[in-house]
Amino acid sequence: MKTIQELEEIRKRTLQTINIRKDRSGTRIVVGMATCGIAAGARPVLASIMDEVSKNNLSDVVVAQTGCIGVCRLEPIVEVYRPGEEKVTYVRMTSDKAKRVVREHVMLGKVVNEYTIGSEEKK
Amino acid sequence: MKMYRSHVMICKGTGCSSSNSEQIAQNFEKELKEYGLDKEIIIERTGCFGLCALGPVVIVYPEAAFYSRVKPEDVHEIVTEHLLKGRVVKKLLYHEAIDEGRLKSLNEVPFYKKQVRRALRNCGVINPENIDEYIAFDGYKALEKVLTQMTPQEVIDTISRSGLRGRGGAGFPTGRKWQFAAASKDDQKYVCCNADEGDPGAFMDRSVLEGDPHSVLEAMAIAGYAIGSNQGYIYVRAEYPVAVKRLTIAIGQAREYGLLGKNILGMGFDFDIEIRLGAGAFVCGEETALMRSIEGKRGMPTPRPPFPAVKGLFAKPTILNNVETYANVCQIILKGPEWFASIGTEKSKGTKVFALGGKINNTGLVEIPMGTTMREIIFDIGGGIPNGRKFKAAQTGGPSGGCIPASKLDVPIDYDNLIALGSMMGSGGLIVMDDTTCMVDIARFFLEFTVDESCGKCTPCREGTKRMLEILERICSGKGEEGDIEKLEHLAKIIKDSALCGLGQTAPNPVLSTLKYFRNEYEAHIKEKRCPAGKCQALLKYTIDPSLCKGCGLCARNCPAHAISGKIREPHTIDQKKCLKCGLCMSKCPFKAISKK
Repeated sequence: MKTIQELEEIRKRTLQTINIRKDRSGTRIVVGMATCGIAAGARPVLASIMDEVSKNNLSDVVVAQTGCIGVCRLEPIVEVYRPGEEKVTYVRMTSDKAKRVVREHVMLGKVVNEYTIGSEEKK
Repeated sequence: MKMYRSHVMICKGTGCSSSNSEQIAQNFEKELKEYGLDKEIIIERTGCFGLCALGPVVIVYPEAAFYSRVKPEDVHEIVTEHLLKGRVVKKLLYHEAIDEGRLKSLNEVPFYKKQVRRALRNCGVINPENIDEYIAFDGYKALEKVLTQMTPQEVIDTISRSGLRGRGGAGFPTGRKWQFAAASKDDQKYVCCNADEGDPGAFMDRSVLEGDPHSVLEAMAIAGYAIGSNQGYIYVRAEYPVAVKRLTIAIGQAREYGLLGKNILGMGFDFDIEIRLGAGAFVCGEETALMRSIEGKRGMPTPRPPFPAVKGLFAKPTILNNVETYANVCQIILKGPEWFASIGTEKSKGTKVFALGGKINNTGLVEIPMGTTMREIIFDIGGGIPNGRKFKAAQTGGPSGGCIPASKLDVPIDYDNLIALGSMMGSGGLIVMDDTTCMVDIARFFLEFTVDESCGKCTPCREGTKRMLEILERICSGKGEEGDIEKLEHLAKIIKDSALCGLGQTAPNPVLSTLKYFRNEYEAHIKEKRCPAGKCQALLKYTIDPSLCKGCGLCARNCPAHAISGKIREPHTIDQKKCLKCGLCMSKCPFKAISKK
């Protein structure tokens, strides 16, 4: 026998999982998962992003994969689109770097400049 | 909280299921495990998306990639290319969903663009066998609101103000029906749901029951609160096994969560629901016959008054509403009657679900605002007539309705306009016909159905429709006589005036409607013994073209009726009086000199 409070909790909990099915405009995290990406280790990066998103109960965040982004030598590549902001491209990603990007950029809005493609070019 | 990066929605409505969508679902599960993707991607079996012509349908989120006509062998490619590598498999996509290589949003696709999916809001989006998903999209929030913030009269007023009219076909104002039942004083009242859906070609209610059963359960509980009832019955036809199964699961889950049963949400309100199965009788979709059937009696209509709201099931005050009517209730409570009434026409508010069938490209289920024109439904949403043929007419209301000809394509669809045209809204079955359809044959087809389904209680229906059918059968077999049309019209008027229930009263409609707009076809059948559409076999003449005939005699030698004569190397002729119209000569002729007109 559920109370109104329990119903609301079920509602919130399940909505986080299936909200992806409605047309929404939230944050998109895109991981390059073509052969180059996978070979360079994109799968663990994807796994840790998903883990971090679910640990922090981030609703309105879509984690998608895409094919070859182009700069194969800099794979694994992760792109972050926050609504109203410019796309940020992170390169040479690892599981730990990905966790930091989620915590600082996705949750707090602070771009992790040292991981971006811009910084890479300067090296 | 488990996070899945991708959701694969597989349609498990009856249509796609009969095209093996279960095998597709199982293949996905197997392949995902094989590639280690089963912890990141979830497979969901859902209800009907609507675009049945392109089934089996699979939609992958978050991209909303609409895969159509999927075969079990395609699953491997979708998993390895799309789910593993992120490359959408373009050649398997619904072609209208791609625009210069870019995935279009489903809402931009012509089929979905003009639709407003309210009653069908959850179909294809949730797993209907999971109550949590229904709850996530505001499920049982309306019941909560009603029990905690509204009085029964306020609920009725809300429904009345919305302008909701019965979606089963008659269009009676729902609020008024509930008001009558609420006003009747009795110790026991009942809430019934008509899920019999007997119209041939209609599957709107089936899709709601298969895709979103909880929306009906919640609405019935709200209705129970409004009129003062604690018991509901869903009368569903036995020919819908998937719907019965999903309803049973849903009721079980609702009871488990205490959303049906005693003291719902701790607010002191009791309400429970039982399922009753129909047994194949169209007449049991009629209100009073349905109630007699639940009582265990033969399904035969009883005269009204007394109306069920005063004396219905087990002689207690009862309301009976259609599945689609209930599917609209929860949103009216949550979003307000003004929201519901914001679309539609003056006297017909909200949306209507139509089942598009017949000679149309996009067969399937559509939900459109009242006031949309037939032209938009058939050509914009429906994708037009296949094989380059011309639109002739569209039948609404099934065996109780009439046809809308091409000249009336721009009439806005609503309850009153359709009646003015000589048809009716009906439950929502829309059969499209092209120039190869014979309108006399169509009238005969529908009348054959109603004659078969007549319960036999009243003479006008039992005897009258049969006599009308006999006349139509004579006409279609080339034995029509002068005066037949007048006889049909006379009989139709008498039956409409005197039959006991809606089945009989509306049975003559297809005949009257086709006579109104296609009288010339009837006259051609009777006076010229000709079927303009080329459909009625008995009226087709096999003729030999003398310019093509080489006089080889092959046809004459094979004709079982010896109806062909002629000298060798001279054109032969067929004696129409002897011809059996078997077509053997046409199939034998090596010069294609014989044709059928």
